[in-house]
Amino acid sequence: MNLKLKVWKQEGPDTKGYFKNLEAKEVSPDMSFLEMLDVVNQDLIKKGDEPIAFDHDCREGICGSCSMVVNGDPHGPEKAVTVCQLHMRKFKDGDSLVIEPWRAKAFPIVKDLITDRSAFDRIIQAGGYISVNTGNAPEANSIPVPKVKADAAFQDATCIGCGACVAACKNASAMLFTAAKISHLEALPQGKVESQTRVLNMIGQMDKEKFGACTNTGACSAVCPKEISLKTIAKANSLFRKAAIQKS
Amino acid sequence: MNQVFCRTPFLKQLVGLAGLALSGFVLSHMLGNLYLFKSPEAYNLYGHKLMSLPGFIIIEWGLFAVFLLHIFLTIYLVIQNKKARPKGYAVSPKKKAKASLASKSMQYQGVLILFFLIWHLITLRYGSYNTVMIDGKEVRDLFGLILPIFKNPILMSFYVISILLLGTHLSHGFSSSFQSLGFYHEKYTPLIKKLGVVYAWVVTLGFLSQPLYIYFFYKA
Repeated sequence: MNLKLKVWKQEGPDTKGYFKNLEAKEVSPDMSFLEMLDVVNQDLIKKGDEPIAFDHDCREGICGSCSMVVNGDPHGPEKAVTVCQLHMRKFKDGDSLVIEPWRAKAFPIVKDLITDRSAFDRIIQAGGYISVNTGNAPEANSIPVPKVKADAAFQDATCIGCGACVAACKNASAMLFTAAKISHLEALPQGKVESQTRVLNMIGQMDKEKFGACTNTGACSAVCPKEISLKTIAKANSLFRKAAIQKS
Repeated sequence: MNQVFCRTPFLKQLVGLAGLALSGFVLSHMLGNLYLFKSPEAYNLYGHKLMSLPGFIIIEWGLFAVFLLHIFLTIYLVIQNKKARPKGYAVSPKKKAKASLASKSMQYQGVLILFFLIWHLITLRYGSYNTVMIDGKEVRDLFGLILPIFKNPILMSFYVISILLLGTHLSHGFSSSFQSLGFYHEKYTPLIKKLGVVYAWVVTLGFLSQPLYIYFFYKA
């Protein structure tokens, strides 16, 4: 199939960007979205043009590198997948696709579709450590963790930090990401000890990075490739209030 | 003040808490207004009793403070939110967009409701003060005040549109407050969402019934 692409081009963080019209010819429905872009880039390189810059790494939906908005939807139209796992069979011959980078003040554009998401790293860093002794791996049954808690922690820990939540939110809020990182440690006994300082510091960093505030529209959870639930945000809100009152 | 109390989740909780208090107020306001269906006298007497309550002024100013808190914190947060995305998308989301229009346009509804509120206070609460005698008591003629407003097609329509906006605002605001305050339960959260919608409909229909009744059915 053949597709018409409108791709965002931008030289650097401070330069003015624009949409470039491109064509993706003879695209196989079995290709992933990124493979389709690879083919388009090969054509551009052959012609002596500059290829489209985009982030990618594992291409199996677990690293959180790939990040682009396809026709207004972060990671494209399919539910619960990253754009690397989106396949071209989801589109029809002759479709027009508008491809844009994540747009948020906290995620400055590095080039074309690549954004600097180190704000997320700084939020995680602000969370600090958990009280686990170094040395050999502890005996597995020395700290009992109920199955329900382990599952809840795991569900939140599946967040790959791709930033689709920020991209989808009308306020560019990082609440779903931050809440997932707060609550996956909170659910486990090892993470309980530093719970209050962690929630205060991570939320503090989130605000410092100039993300917007959560207005509970639910757009973040709807586009999350790992389907992190809104209840995570409620939990973080509750933890934050308690910590703010008790720690101040 | 300690910095943690200036963080966005905390401010959102204050907005939500204020919103819930205001939700309680609009419900009681709507229920009180239903005296209109009994008789103009009952309506005026209800208003008189309410305003003669000991500490009425304190309650009124407290309510005013809650309104200001709700409005000004929201204005601050909206400014922060706009700054968080200086450049928007060329295409708006289609397939995955789960966010309802009501939830996405809360601030715009808020601004329009504020205009209505100011007009409402100017024309009614602080409007002309005429009295009537009921059972030997001199009471404010509130019914006489609302009658020309609800009989005027333009003002009545403005009132109806404003109430519809208020209902939309409440339908998201009520359940959203619980989320902001950190209350989430597998079983009760879906119920709260439904309750929020039912509550919004009750308030909307309750408020709408009055101008529509006066305009179409009431004959002096």
